[in-house]
Amino acid sequence: MSARLGPVAVLAIVLGIVFFLTPLIVTFAFSLWEGGDRYGFAAYRSLVGDPDLWASLLLSLRLAAETMLLGMVLLVPSMIFVHLKAPGLKPLFEFIAALPFVVPAIALVAGLSALYTGPAWLIGTPNYLVIPYFFLALPYAYRAIDVGLSAIDVRTLTDAAHSLGAGWGQVFRLVLLPNLSTALLGATLLTLTIVMGEFTFASVLLFKTFAVYINDTGSSKVTEAAALSLLSFVITWAAMLGVLLTGRNTTDLGGTH
Amino acid sequence: MAVVALQAIRKSFGGRPVLAGIDIALAQGELVSLLGPSGCGKTTLLRILAGFERPDAGTVRLDGRDITALAANRRNMGMVFQSYSLFPNLDATDNVRFGPRVRGVPRAEQSRRAEHLLELVGLGGHRHKFPHQLSGGQQQRVALARALAVQPDVLLLDEPLSALDAKVRAQLRSEIRRIQRETGVTTVFVTHDQEEALSISDRVAVMNEGRMLQVASPAAIYREPADAFVARFIGAGAVLSGRADGPAVRVGAVALPAAAAAGHPAGTAVELFLRPEHVRLDPAATPPSGALAAEIRELTFFGSLTRVRLALDGIADSEAWADVASDRADGFQPGLRVWASWDAAAPRVLARV
Amino acid sequence: MPALLARAVPWLFVAAFLAFVAAFMLAPMVTVLVQAVWGDHGPTLAYVRQLGEYRYATAFANSLILSAAAAAVGVVGGGLLAYALLRPGAPGWLRSAMTSFSAVAANFAGVPLAFAFISTLGTLGLLTAQLKRLGIDIYGLGFSLYSLGGLTLTYAYFQVPLMLIIITPALRGLRAEWRDAAENLGATVWQYWWRVGLPVLWPSLLAAFVLLFGNAFSAYATPYALTAGNIQLVPTEISNVLSGNVMESPQLGAALAAGMIVVMTAVLLVYWLAARKAARWRR
Ligand SMILES: Nc1ncnc2c1ncn2[C@@H]1O[C@H](COP(=O)(O)OP(=O)(O)O)[C@@H](O)[C@H]1O
Ligand SMILES: [Mg+2]
Repeated sequence: MSARLGPVAVLAIVLGIVFFLTPLIVTFAFSLWEGGDRYGFAAYRSLVGDPDLWASLLLSLRLAAETMLLGMVLLVPSMIFVHLKAPGLKPLFEFIAALPFVVPAIALVAGLSALYTGPAWLIGTPNYLVIPYFFLALPYAYRAIDVGLSAIDVRTLTDAAHSLGAGWGQVFRLVLLPNLSTALLGATLLTLTIVMGEFTFASVLLFKTFAVYINDTGSSKVTEAAALSLLSFVITWAAMLGVLLTGRNTTDLGGTH
Repeated sequence: MAVVALQAIRKSFGGRPVLAGIDIALAQGELVSLLGPSGCGKTTLLRILAGFERPDAGTVRLDGRDITALAANRRNMGMVFQSYSLFPNLDATDNVRFGPRVRGVPRAEQSRRAEHLLELVGLGGHRHKFPHQLSGGQQQRVALARALAVQPDVLLLDEPLSALDAKVRAQLRSEIRRIQRETGVTTVFVTHDQEEALSISDRVAVMNEGRMLQVASPAAIYREPADAFVARFIGAGAVLSGRADGPAVRVGAVALPAAAAAGHPAGTAVELFLRPEHVRLDPAATPPSGALAAEIRELTFFGSLTRVRLALDGIADSEAWADVASDRADGFQPGLRVWASWDAAAPRVLARV
Repeated sequence: MPALLARAVPWLFVAAFLAFVAAFMLAPMVTVLVQAVWGDHGPTLAYVRQLGEYRYATAFANSLILSAAAAAVGVVGGGLLAYALLRPGAPGWLRSAMTSFSAVAANFAGVPLAFAFISTLGTLGLLTAQLKRLGIDIYGLGFSLYSLGGLTLTYAYFQVPLMLIIITPALRGLRAEWRDAAENLGATVWQYWWRVGLPVLWPSLLAAFVLLFGNAFSAYATPYALTAGNIQLVPTEISNVLSGNVMESPQLGAALAAGMIVVMTAVLLVYWLAARKAARWRR
């Protein structure tokens, strides 16, 4: 293969593979270290037995589900209606979807905490995080849904359903959602990875999500940190595998860090 | 003097032979078409000539010099691709100037050539348009000007017209020929369209499955195809399998007049090729001498001509064609019984392989 | 009446979305921008001026240098890798393996990534220890994971894959005919890249650089977990103000945040102008 690839290409590929694999392999080896010359699964055992791990994991999963739900209610219907009835609003939506790029997460936290000091039922519970998470996922979800909407002929489908006597609710439930399911699933899984890995908001607003748990545990126990690192990598991998298998749109898989 | 010569060129891809020993030579200023069905190896041969591929065996010569191992960018050959080969970021002028520029030709000369060549290909008014602002035909004109701008020893065209629609294709075809004559550049023109090859070339080289079957003038290719493949591939006509029998080919009980059959030992398996323009039809009740009974199956109107498909009596599944001047085809219709006849000298007879 | 209601429902959804954006995105953004120039006694430039103090000027300088470096490393590394994988000689399985790996790595978020690098190349990292055993003391040689260089290396782990994903379609758009035509006309490989390949890719490369820059500029978790405040970066300074780690007024946090918004807006503006010019031949 090297004969047809050329030296630059071979070097790039080899360096790429080494750079990508080394941290994973070394981190795995490190996670097995039990002090001295002993190796084993002690770190993993201690993690599995830690109720905080499960609590934080569940919290992050719950927040991810809530974020997706918020997206389904707020974003999906309005995007469909804009696509159908008010294409003039599309530039505005594009602009909004790009905003989170201009306002970094930490700047948004600063703004939110300056602006909202109550009510307690809103800012006092972890559910508050769903608001910034929605914006964090917005650019990616928007792109995925936009691709999905452009791929199907929403207008014809809707008109056909209306002519058959369906109301908006039925059109939505029976026609549009099923046809958009691939795009929605892609958006959902992207939201999942983003929320599972999100640290900025939770850390500043003092909620113990999975990423915060990893940070807290990791700063005191090094091998557990390595094990958690790998666990998190596997979760990301599973979600991304889902995106790749459903969406096959490779242009929008980037996340925020 | 042959300026370009390919000798015993062989090439395989992944163990599969694509070119199986190709020989061909071009004279100075000649336009030769490489004609053959898709996948027969035309592009591969052209790419070997251009230097993009190395042959597994054989030599490429230019003015007697062995250039087989010379890199593509050191050969002086201008190539025009099928489509989309213009650099999208450069306007027409800069596309044409590209070759002279990378060869270090002085700026003033670059501009002079670009101006002159764009004029030559009829795009004097489109000098500063970008490729996406030009039609397919215009893009190919720019590509031709660009290839000529390096003042190539040989011009290589790989199906340059096949992505264009019929009208533009015919027009650009004759313009390519005019420009080629004006510049006197030795040219290889690849096509799978026989009409294109026959109309544009000094000589036509017919290829099939990696072999060169015949290299001859368009008229010779049409009139005297060297083998059954060429005869079938070029033009229309009947192909009838039988056995040589004196000055005739015998198919079952029917003897088809063919003087050329006398050249084959009696009884050998042969094929008879009969062009439509050689077949005469006569609806009269009494047969003219040597005529065969036949039935009209189908009529195709071509304007001045009408092409008649026939079934010959006594030969199962036989198909033959006759071209009739349209104003004399009035009474013809499918099912009509006619007499078919031809000059015994007209059919070509080739040994069956 | 029900018909009218049915017609209004879609607009209610759109209105709800816009209201949500206004309340939780635009309003906080405006708050930050206003707070940055509004003291307890009316308008003031005091907080903006405070950004000129050594600590905060350093934070901005560090953030800009780090983001530019991480974007450059990503663009070059990811671009070369994508290019190599698209060469006809590259095995197909490797191409798809790398693509799906990249989808994961580009989303491999901050804290776990930081820990993976600490386990590997930290002062007590396994690779650091192994190399030391072989006689190569990388920290002795001046390397540190907890420096701007170390951060750039860590960022490369998500920047390179992100670049690979976003540049692959553009690279696929480079037609083999252009390369062949250039070579046929006498151009060397470099002349081809200089006069055709790079100019054609330029708008995509520019867009990729801006995206990668923004990605690195807003990164908070990775530097937080990796450097624990040893290196001043704008996001970590903001969080210090917000969480009361430093005794500063919230307006300073707002000024820092406003600074980030201004930087990103400026980057996008420059990008927009440059992309218009670079893509002149497309229109
Ligand atoms: N780079 C290549 N690798 C493998 N097979 C090839 C390559 N180039 C051409 N071929 C094969 O060689 C044969 C001849 O191709 P080509 O020269 O392009 O034919 P033509 O131009 O006459 O249509 C085809 O079967 C094609 O699939
Ligand atoms: Mg071809």
